[in-house]
Amino acid sequence: MTDPLLHLSRRTALTSLGLGALAVMALPGAAQAGDAEMEAALRDLIGPARASAKKGRILIDLPALAESGNSVPLKVSVESPMTPADHVKRIAIFADRNPRALIMDVTLGPRAGRAEVGTNIRLSGTQNVSVYAQMNDGTYWTETRNIQVTIGACDSLLLRF
Amino acid sequence: MKRPLAVSVVGLLLAAAGIAAAQQDLAAYVSGDRRSGFTFLAPETRALQTDEFRNPGMLWVEEGERLWSVAPPGGQSCAGCHKDAAVSMKGVAASYPAYDEEQKHVINLEQQINQCRGRQKQPALAWESRELLALTAYVGRQSLGMPVAVKIDGPAAQSFARGKEEYEMRRGQLDLSCAACHESQVGAKLRAEVISQGQMNGFPIYRQLWQTMGSSHRMIAWCNEAVRAETYPAGSQEYVDLELYAKWRGRGLPVETPAVRR
Amino acid sequence: MAAATRIRVPATARRGEIMELRAIIMHPMENGFRMETNGEYVPVHIIHTFVCRYNGAEVFRARLEPGIAANPYLAFTTRATESGTIEFIWLDDDGTFEVAAATVEVT
Repeated sequence: MTDPLLHLSRRTALTSLGLGALAVMALPGAAQAGDAEMEAALRDLIGPARASAKKGRILIDLPALAESGNSVPLKVSVESPMTPADHVKRIAIFADRNPRALIMDVTLGPRAGRAEVGTNIRLSGTQNVSVYAQMNDGTYWTETRNIQVTIGACDSLLLRF
Repeated sequence: MKRPLAVSVVGLLLAAAGIAAAQQDLAAYVSGDRRSGFTFLAPETRALQTDEFRNPGMLWVEEGERLWSVAPPGGQSCAGCHKDAAVSMKGVAASYPAYDEEQKHVINLEQQINQCRGRQKQPALAWESRELLALTAYVGRQSLGMPVAVKIDGPAAQSFARGKEEYEMRRGQLDLSCAACHESQVGAKLRAEVISQGQMNGFPIYRQLWQTMGSSHRMIAWCNEAVRAETYPAGSQEYVDLELYAKWRGRGLPVETPAVRR
Repeated sequence: MAAATRIRVPATARRGEIMELRAIIMHPMENGFRMETNGEYVPVHIIHTFVCRYNGAEVFRARLEPGIAANPYLAFTTRATESGTIEFIWLDDDGTFEVAAATVEVT
């Protein structure tokens, strides 16, 4: 093989497969959360109101593709006049394949002026990011966005530096 | 779905203008055939670097600014001798590594900072310590946008020649040299990652993979280990020489400290 | 050593105007899933709560989880009501906290 990169990517692929298998063996259930973790997080954080959550009103600003899962810019905006009579009081953000599905739980009120929050989040891989926004009357709105998280060959190695 | 032709044309023109604008933005990060690592990043990562508030590396720059005027017991602060860094440190990072008359060999910026500390009877700061990264980032920031211009002749010539040799030497179980990737395979992919030219105009960098700041020598050691090669210690002459050569490869590129990389 | 923080609050604002506030803190946000080369997991160490107060009244609160990136960054808004102090508080799960504050003049 004359192409050093072909050489590198094949070896790396093999190594990462090995590491991946080890991780799964060492960490049953923790390496990737999956549906059970997401279900539990929604049950604990949102509760029965989840069943009546309506789709819409929420804008999830997230890139379609992230080149590092260690820091992905996220901005959430919820449509609301943000008056004492009609406002968002809570914005909860989840990632359904992270080891811990809940990412952030924001409490706000009419003084915010706008119902929005920006941050950088961690994503353990390609998955769905879901937002639940609670209005002052207790009702929930929800929205979901899918995001692809890419991985570079060298990133998957466990290095000392 | 049918749309009026005029709308599509306007859309296309707007898209073309957008692409042109994006390319224009990147032009500042290119010098001749040299392209900063910045140009290989996703737009979101580039935005993280250029937003002075969101760039996490600025936390270290501000920390360095505080440390700049802290006088150690029985010694001078950096500001005590060098006064306003915005004046005295402007252009310094763009010219390092550089030959040092006192040491009689080429040293890099971290080593220069520790040499100054030695004069003030202070212990050297450890590589990758928060303080050394902060001071290096602060000094580096004073050259923001200035073209990289290291001296490679005269007393630096030997160091430069050794650095070139290091750069081209195949090493490790994968038998790869720096050049095997960062010259021969630029633009190719390692899984999802595009191979850059390995330019060093933004150190210390905030690296997403590390989730913190790291020095130029940490980066080189990381690359060495990625090809399963033995590493040299941070601050070794091998790495200083390599840094000089790599920095020269990026001559004319703007200093981006603190750059954000994958 | 105290954690480094940076905040952005407009120096002046008109009454009723919506101000954008930004805050960032130097912190590893260790998620507990990172393995050292010796095979041991680095224990969880995060900022678990962030609070913003405007003249003492809480206007924004966030519970942060390990899914927040290292060196947590937050951007949010508040309506300018009166001149005074805007305070940012970060609670660390090691029991410590950080505070940063800035004043705004509302006309």
